[in-house]
Amino acid sequence: MVRFIFTRLSLVVPTFIGITLIVFVLVRLIPGDPIETMAGERGIDPARLAQLRHEYGFDQPVFVQYLYYLGRLFQGDLGRSIVTHEAVITEFKALFPATVELAVCSIIFALCLGLPAGIIAAVRRNSIFDHGVMGASLTGYSMPIFWWGLLLILLFSVQLGFTPVSGRISVMFYVESVTGFLLVDTLLVGDYDAFRSALAHLILPTIVLGTRPLAVIARMTRSSMLEVLGEDYIRTARAKGLPAYRVIAVHALRNALIPVVTVIGLQVGVLFTGAILTETIFSWPGVGKWLIEGINRRDYPVLQGGTLIIGAIIMIINLLVDVTYGLINPRIRYQR
Amino acid sequence: MSRSFLLATICASALVAASAASAKTLVFCSEGSPENFYPGVNTTGTSFDGNEPIYNRIVEFERGGTKVVPGLAEKWSISEDGTVYTFNLRRGVKWHNTRAFKPTRDFNADDIMFMIERQWKDSHPYFRVTSANHSYFSDMGFPKLLKSVEKVDDYTVRITINRPEAPFLANLAMPFAAVQSKEYADAMLKAGTPEKIDQDPIGTGPFSLVQYQKDAVIRYKAWPQYWGGKAKIDDLVYSITPDNSVRWAKLQRGECHVMPYPNPADLEAIAKDPNVTILEQPGLNIGYLAFQTQKKPFDDVRVRKAMSMAINKKAIIDAVYLTTGVAAKNPIPPSMWSYNDKVKDDPYDPQAAKKLLAEAGFPNGMETDLWAMPVQRPYNPNARRIAELMQADLAKIGVKAEIKSYEWGEYRKRVQEGQHQMAMLGWTGDNGDPDNFLYTLLGCASAQSNSGSNIAKFCYKPYEDIVLKAKTISDQAERTKLYEQAQVIFKEQAPWFTIAHAVQLKPVRKSVVDFKLSPFGRHNFYGVDIKE
Repeated sequence: MVRFIFTRLSLVVPTFIGITLIVFVLVRLIPGDPIETMAGERGIDPARLAQLRHEYGFDQPVFVQYLYYLGRLFQGDLGRSIVTHEAVITEFKALFPATVELAVCSIIFALCLGLPAGIIAAVRRNSIFDHGVMGASLTGYSMPIFWWGLLLILLFSVQLGFTPVSGRISVMFYVESVTGFLLVDTLLVGDYDAFRSALAHLILPTIVLGTRPLAVIARMTRSSMLEVLGEDYIRTARAKGLPAYRVIAVHALRNALIPVVTVIGLQVGVLFTGAILTETIFSWPGVGKWLIEGINRRDYPVLQGGTLIIGAIIMIINLLVDVTYGLINPRIRYQR
Repeated sequence: MSRSFLLATICASALVAASAASAKTLVFCSEGSPENFYPGVNTTGTSFDGNEPIYNRIVEFERGGTKVVPGLAEKWSISEDGTVYTFNLRRGVKWHNTRAFKPTRDFNADDIMFMIERQWKDSHPYFRVTSANHSYFSDMGFPKLLKSVEKVDDYTVRITINRPEAPFLANLAMPFAAVQSKEYADAMLKAGTPEKIDQDPIGTGPFSLVQYQKDAVIRYKAWPQYWGGKAKIDDLVYSITPDNSVRWAKLQRGECHVMPYPNPADLEAIAKDPNVTILEQPGLNIGYLAFQTQKKPFDDVRVRKAMSMAINKKAIIDAVYLTTGVAAKNPIPPSMWSYNDKVKDDPYDPQAAKKLLAEAGFPNGMETDLWAMPVQRPYNPNARRIAELMQADLAKIGVKAEIKSYEWGEYRKRVQEGQHQMAMLGWTGDNGDPDNFLYTLLGCASAQSNSGSNIAKFCYKPYEDIVLKAKTISDQAERTKLYEQAQVIFKEQAPWFTIAHAVQLKPVRKSVVDFKLSPFGRHNFYGVDIKE
């Protein structure tokens, strides 16, 4: 197992350097210059533009800029935002817990509904439930996040008044950040009203962000279960007179879960992508919205730093998925 | 979701509403996060809004207007030749006392010196702190304009400038001239954390900063020792909400009291809401189509006039601006002093336009380009759509216009270089002075630069002489006469087809009392109250 982990880790380093290069080049391919973007209609004096470009190092060849960037990166310096002048890592640290909180809730929501729905749909193949789940998951997968978010706000917040419109917590609560996770921080200070407010604010964004992973997990679980349920060893287990729940939960599900775990790992990337829109609609102060602003303002350090950290996190999660994969199915870890 | 949970949520909301009523909290659904808390390097209105409650300037714009009124200076005098400004500062002005810093002295002349020198002298220890890009200070020409700044005594400051510049006082009322505490700056420099003064700011303004969470919330508390008297509300909260439809949903639910920049599509619904009022005011802006006056055929005034008469302005406003724009005939908005209402706009008359074009040597029409911005701007909601309408109008007089667009940064760069023949752009005023439109956008200095705001490259001596003269006179009545003349010449020469002035619309809950719209589009909550 240790060797397996090391083999996987050895792939992480070149991937990481590849990400730095791709992100560095891609952000510079976006038309527009960060300093001119800031200048707006008033324009900027050419001498001052040259001076500022020099100060930010934008007058150097891209390759030299990249080497400087790598040098600083290896010293743990991700740079400073051109817009706020704050260290990128400081901004990321402040915003990341909000994104994680939302992503974790969304994946829990997707798993709690997607797995049982997929299993039941497979066991009751061609039933009304099966068709219903498949139809709903196709709709959920195809639904544009922006539209879905606004629809839920209009229905549950504006019309029915069940949930708050947006934000992470009511502005009336002032909770000092300890962990950055509001559900945890409100409990730590023992403010249960604030906790309820934070929870209520999570409902709609969780549904919106979790809808796509939910649809994928439900469909994947169903097809994987159907494949396993047709295997000989399942027939044997049934012939031995094992109870149905044992056949499904122990014999079928464990094997069916392997592709599902892979999909869950891949969904983490989807969650970060989806978070960009979800955070914008729900005014959720996370890294997704921060990156969008970075693009709009051509804030190179924010884009480079933010994408790099998220890329690294996705790599680590995929590594964990690979390890889990090995744990679920011993044949995989021994084969490698 | 269980019934009990829903009940708990509703109870919490009720509790929130109750606490809001008792503490008089005003919630503003702002559109974004400030860049930081140092207006000297800020470039966006969103950042200026975030800093507005905290800071004061030497002089201020009156609430809801463009008139310059006393701020940290109680009074001032200007020398005969218009180059020496002497400010008598207010005494007993207290700095905010926050967790970040406990000041030991009141505001004085040292703080004014610090504000100017920090942005002016690159040897100043704070010049590069947060950023060396003191954008507005440079753009308003301060580095070349300032000759000296002297502290006469603790409560008197003398500023000498190199030439008479009438808008100088108004420039000092702009957000970039916010006054920070020198005592705090010195303490933080000594502690090795100079940037803290721009992150945990203290000011002399009506509200002190309590908490800032990027992209989430900014909390302010009324400063009880404010020199102008404590604010009527106790707490001010900026709930950062970037999406305009979501801002409207929050306003509707009573989760905020004031929202900026409504989605035009929501305006009908907003107008019908019995709890909400829409405040409106023509903005300090102009959207225009500039003709490149140094390029053929637009170097001929007859061609420019023909274009202006061929475009149906009313149709553009009805179709694109809807209720959010008023037709523009002058380069300055009607709310600005010296606006010349006697100027007659060019009539929409395709036949006369065709005749004029023939006189200019184009009896069979001509070909041109027509540049449209790729983005929505405060003065132009949809340049592409406007370009299409203009294209159709011009086709009627035989002018074949090819619509062009580029990425926004690239677009500005190219039009500032004058690569276009006809290009749309616009402007939002900085300081309420006509010079900020009539000279900045149409003066020769800007036309000669490859990065100036005069994209018509209009440089016409009779006009230039007038606007330059108006710069040197401090008497407003005299300046008004000159600017009125300048507007007449502008109309005769037609370097632009003036499209519209966008109307500023601000949906506000009816419980909000005495909120005044700022012509600059800023949000100022001092003096605002909430009905119980």
